[in-house]
Amino acid sequence: MSDVLAITDHRRGELRDVSYEIITAGRDLADETGGDLHLAVISGTVDEFAEKLDREGVDAIHTVDYGEEFNHGVYTQTITQLYDELAPQYVLAPNSVNGLDYAPAVANELDLPIVTDAVGLETDGDTLGVTREMFGGKVETATELEGDAVVTIRSAEWPAAEGTGDATIEAFDVEIDEDALGSTVTGFEEVGGGDVDISEADVLVSVGRGIEEEDNIPIIEELADALDATISSSRPIVDNGWLPKNRQVGQSGKVVTPDVYIAIGISGAVQHVAGMKGSDTIVAINTDPNAPIMDIADYAIHDDLFDVIPALTEEFQ
Amino acid sequence: MMKILVTVKEVATVEDEFEIEGTSIADQYLGSDLNEWDDYAVEEAVQLQEAGLADEVVTVTIGPEDCEQTIRQALAKGADRAIRVWDDALEDVDVLDVGAKTDILGAVVEAEDPDLVLTGVQSGDDSWGATGVALAEDLGFEWAAVVNHLEHDLEDGVASVRRELEGGVEELTDVGLPAVLTIQTGINEPRYASLRGIRQAQRKPLDVQGLDDLGVDAAAVEGAVTLTDMYEPESESDVTVWEGGAEDAAGQLAELLREKGVAP
Repeated sequence: MSDVLAITDHRRGELRDVSYEIITAGRDLADETGGDLHLAVISGTVDEFAEKLDREGVDAIHTVDYGEEFNHGVYTQTITQLYDELAPQYVLAPNSVNGLDYAPAVANELDLPIVTDAVGLETDGDTLGVTREMFGGKVETATELEGDAVVTIRSAEWPAAEGTGDATIEAFDVEIDEDALGSTVTGFEEVGGGDVDISEADVLVSVGRGIEEEDNIPIIEELADALDATISSSRPIVDNGWLPKNRQVGQSGKVVTPDVYIAIGISGAVQHVAGMKGSDTIVAINTDPNAPIMDIADYAIHDDLFDVIPALTEEFQ
Repeated sequence: MMKILVTVKEVATVEDEFEIEGTSIADQYLGSDLNEWDDYAVEEAVQLQEAGLADEVVTVTIGPEDCEQTIRQALAKGADRAIRVWDDALEDVDVLDVGAKTDILGAVVEAEDPDLVLTGVQSGDDSWGATGVALAEDLGFEWAAVVNHLEHDLEDGVASVRRELEGGVEELTDVGLPAVLTIQTGINEPRYASLRGIRQAQRKPLDVQGLDDLGVDAAAVEGAVTLTDMYEPESESDVTVWEGGAEDAAGQLAELLREKGVAP
């Protein structure tokens, strides 16, 4: 009743980083509850994955060799059966696109509360404290709940587990009701290809919602020309069709690590920051001094971009 | 012909500068808006109707009378009628968690019996991102989370969708109906309501229901999650702010770029 069950994430034959981070998060909780940390590895080359996941702090790894790719029905059925077998106190899942495709279903099926996108976790064995953000990262909140729960964790918030463990690795004998699998993955497609690869650029001039209108994009283009830099953007600009998908920086776009990243009118939602926080130098131009982008910027200008950008362009003409 | 139900939330918005009182943002810094993701969900439903694939689009909102303006926005964009759920029992609920929302919305779906339910991926204020999938599981519907494309044919009771995974990869999935799809921004271009649409919206039915009407137990909506603190996150960087006006700041940035050897 005090164990932790953590679900690992993989895609197209590769374990995703959050799978190692969830070991750290799960181990921290299990240390407080005095229980074991169980990992579940579902679908794909599970034996190979299990070997890689056997890091310090893992007590048991349960493999389910069923299908190659993610199917939320298989995950939901497997995790509910593992829960019945192991009776863990907490079920942890990644707050990934796939995690959000099964974790709420698992919680509902098991009649457990769910808290998503956790950036911090603590427990005294009875009460679980979860830190999460609201209003797009403008505030953090502390929430509490009693008893068993399902929690999804944000990627890159916990360090990856290291070392070699001595977990027991066992195939879990799951019974999948195939008639209940109502969705089928028919393929994958890489999007955002094309003539420009923003991840290769030394300087990115990156534009966000603050540009207000498509008609204002040319002032960014003029700056990029003057600097011989590449234009990238945050999600809303691509959603609006003002720039093509291959310009999008962030979780669902590209991860970039230029020498200089100039964020223009970008608030810095977590999904965007995930794609550019590895940049050497980050400059943020934004009228809102409280915008989350300021937390990771090295330099900031709090003036109106419509004043700053033309002045900057002029410096190089 | 299909019937589509769209969940529509009025979200709280916060000004750039704000203050926290207890576990919430002080009222004077709060505004309200139609949840961005739901705007795309409404548009998708209306487009399906315009394509002749659906004959009715119904919205459902959990919220007090104040949010009827937001509901009328969805009606003005083309939804046919709206349901608003509110109850005295909901007034005092601190955190309306995923389980509570699932119970309420599940009762509405059962009463309305739609073929397709569209929700936003998440809400812009509390960002649970979980209600659509929990709702589907509760109803025995199929589902797909984070959908950024839906084929407008829906033949043989199957919805062909694309799910937007991380890192520029999309998953192509066939989903059996009835289903709940959680809709990602960018799936379409949400329209602005026309003046005619706004006028028509005033006359469209907006039905208000309480928990009793839906057969939902008041105890079920209290939820399991309590909010104990709210604070501004600590800044992790020691950012250098260039002051002295736009031109001076631009000059400083130009100097930095030259120092780094990345500008002409």
